[in-house]
Amino acid sequence: MSTDTATPTPGSKVAAVLAPANAPLRGRRSPLASVGLHATLVVASVIAVFPVLWVLLTSLKPPAYATSTDFFKDTTLTNYTNLLNDTPFLTWFANSLLVAGLTTVLGVFIAATTGYAVSRFRFPGKRGLMWTLLITQMFPVAVLIVPIYNIMSSMGLLNQPVGLVITYLTIAVPFCAWMMKGFFDTIPREIDESGQVDGLTPFGTFWRLILPLAKPGIAVTAFYSFVTAWGEVAYASAFMVGDENLTLAGGLQKFVNQYGAQWGPMAAASVLIAIPAALVFLFAQRHLVTGVSAGAVKG
Amino acid sequence: MAVHTSQSVAEAAGDDVARGPGRGAGRNPDKGRGMVTFRRSLSTHWYAWTMVAPVVIVIGVIIGYPLFRGIYLSMTDANERNVERSIGVNQMPATYEFVGLDNYADALTGDQFLGTLGWTLVWTVSCVSVTFLLGLGLANILNRRIAGRSFYRMMLILPWAIPGFVSVFAWRFLYNEDRGFLNRILAGGGIDAVPWLNDPTMAKISVIAVNVWLGVPFMMVALLGGLQSIDSAQYEAAEMDGANAWQRFRHITLPGLRPVSATVILLSTIWTFNMFPVIFLLTRGGPGEATQILVTQAFKFSFEISPRDFAQSSTWGVLILILLMLFAAVYRRVLRKQGDVW
Repeated sequence: MSTDTATPTPGSKVAAVLAPANAPLRGRRSPLASVGLHATLVVASVIAVFPVLWVLLTSLKPPAYATSTDFFKDTTLTNYTNLLNDTPFLTWFANSLLVAGLTTVLGVFIAATTGYAVSRFRFPGKRGLMWTLLITQMFPVAVLIVPIYNIMSSMGLLNQPVGLVITYLTIAVPFCAWMMKGFFDTIPREIDESGQVDGLTPFGTFWRLILPLAKPGIAVTAFYSFVTAWGEVAYASAFMVGDENLTLAGGLQKFVNQYGAQWGPMAAASVLIAIPAALVFLFAQRHLVTGVSAGAVKG
Repeated sequence: MAVHTSQSVAEAAGDDVARGPGRGAGRNPDKGRGMVTFRRSLSTHWYAWTMVAPVVIVIGVIIGYPLFRGIYLSMTDANERNVERSIGVNQMPATYEFVGLDNYADALTGDQFLGTLGWTLVWTVSCVSVTFLLGLGLANILNRRIAGRSFYRMMLILPWAIPGFVSVFAWRFLYNEDRGFLNRILAGGGIDAVPWLNDPTMAKISVIAVNVWLGVPFMMVALLGGLQSIDSAQYEAAEMDGANAWQRFRHITLPGLRPVSATVILLSTIWTFNMFPVIFLLTRGGPGEATQILVTQAFKFSFEISPRDFAQSSTWGVLILILLMLFAAVYRRVLRKQGDVW
């Protein structure tokens, strides 16, 4: 579908690109152009929403009709009750929650002061640290996965949530530090100066003045690292085996690989995983974009 | 990078102390003076160092150590059978041997690495360019006054809001050859089923399509932010001077977007190059090895084949890292030549 329906888009897109981006509308856009713009947006929105919507609709059909092309067919919650009663879904959910939650809390906690220090101070080693933070973010999973696997294996931490949390910190810590630097950069420096005038130490300034102001930024950082850990696939697939220890990323694979294709429960599981995440995300996304681009652009 | 972020405290301390303590002491033959410099440095910067210490320690322990171990493993013949392991209560010592750069020579002269690299490059370039163009187009439309703009924006961001592995399974469901929605629709129009994920060429197109679908929202939102930061007075001035739409786009929008696009292109190139879940969950690199990118192949070496080949996997991992770092360095240099401070 994506290839077919994408074909008409480029033509109308060129038209859109040709027009001034910020020019105020002076009633000059022809009706034809308006139709073209709306058509482009509608097509793009349908492509964006359809796969998600389709899974939602599938989850509400009885398993026998999972692959039916009807939008609604004997709407039922069977898939959900089956999922919750007959599969370890809740265990996987709890595992994911535990691993992602711990990763987030530890990541934010470890990285917070560093984000502040690199945002505010000039000190020997800062350049090197910034480079390290940047480079570790481009580490492919393939570089660390084998040595970490071997280390975890020799320490008996494979198949343990703790092992996965430690592994995820390799992603979360540099990321949180980088992103929080971006948020601290947006807080006026005058506040630090006023803190120093009042006799606060740099750490006191950070703790009493800046941290409370940076709460929204920290919330977004925490949210983002939670989502990253929640959706991680490679480490989770390699390190966790056995139905009881899987996280959601590994668990969902079970529905399509091991037991053949169980599209019904898989759809229900997808909805249960995606809907809460999507709601929070859509709520937080404005700040999120600020954080990502602030951290990246002003690096 | 850090010029404007310096704080009054650091400025008061002066720039002359902004030298590494180790280097300062080492470079100076007069040890006494070196110590003084170090002490002064320490007393000025101790709080900054204390604040960054947790991250430095954590990175050193959980990234630095495994990284060096990985580099070492890539110069050995380590596999599942000769690494340190425990069988029952018996602890088997490691018996693998150092082989120098043999693994690298094998990888770089063999077909497999270069073949996979070729497809990985095609995959990265096509994903990033298509995603960028679609993101740019949509951002430009959304930047205009148009009815229902925030509704469209919300809909278009949705793919970003869904955890990646869930989206990938949704697509796998749509792509299913016998019962998937796409082929059902085609069948309705009397068209033969398309082997979306089972034919090498179609599988390549299909995985790219999914990755583009996943990547457009971020691109669009980032570019929309960039567009909104362009001063609209520039457009008015250009219009006064009689610039047509294309000229305004070419000479105002594109240059104005350059800092944002430079960053998002770099980021999404790195992300796409390393995009594990899409390939792994959609095709497992198949059919055959048609869609295997470097990262999924490295994963396969150590976790899917038997005996697990840790050395080869590490070698590929290190090579991927080197390639990415080279790319980032070259990219940065090119930008700098064009006058961008980044």
